[in-house]
Amino acid sequence: MSALELDLTVPDRVQATAVAGRGQVIAVIGPNGAGKSSLLRAIAGLVPASGELRVDGRSWRGLPVRERPVGMAFQDQLLFPHLTALENVAFAPRTAGASRDQARRTAQDWLDRFGVGDLARRKPRHLSGGQAQRVSIARALAGDPRLLLLDEPFAGLDVGVAATLRVELARHLASYDGVTLLVTHEAIDALTLADVVWVLDDGRLVQVGPPREVAARPLTRHVARLVSLNVLTDGDRFLSFSPSAVTVSPRQPEGSARHRWPGTVTSLAPHGDAVRLLVTGEHELLADVTPAAVAELALSPGREVWLSVKETAVRSYAAEPGLAET
Amino acid sequence: MTSSAQPRLGRPPLVLLVPGALAALLLVVPLVTLVADTPWHRLGSQLSSTAVREALWLTVLASVSTVLLCLLLGTPLAWLLARVAFPGRSLLRAAVTVPLVLPPVVAGVALVTALGRTGAIGRPIDQWFGLTIPYTTTAVVIAHTFVSMPFYVISVEGALRTAGEEYDAVAATLGADRWTTFRRVTLPLALPGVLAGAALAWARSLGEFGATITFAGNFPGRTQTMPTLIYTQLQSDPLVARTVSMVLLVVSVAVLVLLRNRWLSRL
Repeated sequence: MSALELDLTVPDRVQATAVAGRGQVIAVIGPNGAGKSSLLRAIAGLVPASGELRVDGRSWRGLPVRERPVGMAFQDQLLFPHLTALENVAFAPRTAGASRDQARRTAQDWLDRFGVGDLARRKPRHLSGGQAQRVSIARALAGDPRLLLLDEPFAGLDVGVAATLRVELARHLASYDGVTLLVTHEAIDALTLADVVWVLDDGRLVQVGPPREVAARPLTRHVARLVSLNVLTDGDRFLSFSPSAVTVSPRQPEGSARHRWPGTVTSLAPHGDAVRLLVTGEHELLADVTPAAVAELALSPGREVWLSVKETAVRSYAAEPGLAET
Repeated sequence: MTSSAQPRLGRPPLVLLVPGALAALLLVVPLVTLVADTPWHRLGSQLSSTAVREALWLTVLASVSTVLLCLLLGTPLAWLLARVAFPGRSLLRAAVTVPLVLPPVVAGVALVTALGRTGAIGRPIDQWFGLTIPYTTTAVVIAHTFVSMPFYVISVEGALRTAGEEYDAVAATLGADRWTTFRRVTLPLALPGVLAGAALAWARSLGEFGATITFAGNFPGRTQTMPTLIYTQLQSDPLVARTVSMVLLVVSVAVLVLLRNRWLSRL
């Protein structure tokens, strides 16, 4: 029995069929408007959806929001502004029938676990972004949910704060036996936190797999960009190659390279020790070159160039049957 | 240049200055003359007369009852309008706001048609329970509530909408039913609007005249409030009318100051 089985349709927003096992952390990724938040809200019951949803074998169809054992952390936290951090976290235990003292003890315990126990008496407006997100996740977990829904928990946080919170969250998720759905825009979240990645595109689930698999063989442009890979379609197969494998030449290369395309440099940006070019032609492709090459080839936006890549640097793979979406 | 910014853009033109000054005079002068003409040395004796004391008490009673009724009935109505989608909601919202612009005398007449001895609701109440509403203190409270409630409902509904349904959704994911959500989340977040609405309703009730005198009459000790007393006294003893008016002016200004300092600044 899977811990989570879903086959949900939110009209005009998202259609997804998937299963997840106990304790699994699922990263839900996809471009803006792909239906990630709609999927989470449909699971929580906040938007009407048709279809089936089973958690631990029990159907949640037609169940009102408050009767679904979910914990949800929202993108902008939405901590109750009139309640202290402690009262926010104690909210779910209280509604579940715990006494005031018991609920407060539970809440304090959760705040302590997230390292914000000393902020218990603060109102949300006196919390930093990272602190508020910790309280928000603690609040979601304090109700002992069977499903944890995290909607972009690191959005809007400073890079350093997000990195710390990511490590903490990984620790908590490891000991959580329910299913976690984590909506994210960052490849690193999928790679470091998730057991499985669900890729949504235009309201449909187009790829499901372990993070490394999805990162190595992306089926959508969005994921390819997230993991900095170039992905092209060739009939019913996908071709992927790294931007560092691309050679940039001022004119059509003489050599034997089968893969070569003319294009116009659209942008240049530093990328580690290299400079990353976006070249637009028949495809949009990324190419990493050295700063010396930028000077030598006089690369600037608008410059016409040829890109080529050796056959050996290209990975070719088939679209998953039934999931192909080009 | 110093802090005065006026010379840079030129003097205010007369075409704006003169009407503006006239408007200010119109608003300020009557209040100043009222204060100046109040017979301060006889204030105590006049205010302690039976008629004034009874009217004062009735005004306090009616305005406090009005505020309580607004809180008890108006808050749920505002919540329904702000949170529940039901057929005819926009129509009901429009109907609720009508008393805001309705001439108070018309409000009084409308109340008579509904609750008068021969009214649609008044007749059965009279027949079954032997109760008549018009010309009673109850009628005063009903008239005041009728004209004051829209101010309260509009204010609270606005606050509920600003507070947003998003927090209600959060509370639901945390397992709260709608009543718990209302008590612990919705209402506390809308509190500034509730307080402002209560103050507005109270101030409206304090000055209510037209609907009251039409529906409840002007009987000393039973339905005579401060405004209706002023109206009566103006014909017999203008000095008392001025004194009582002065009291209402002071109370009104106090409400205004309280509103600005305590509540409106928080909205």
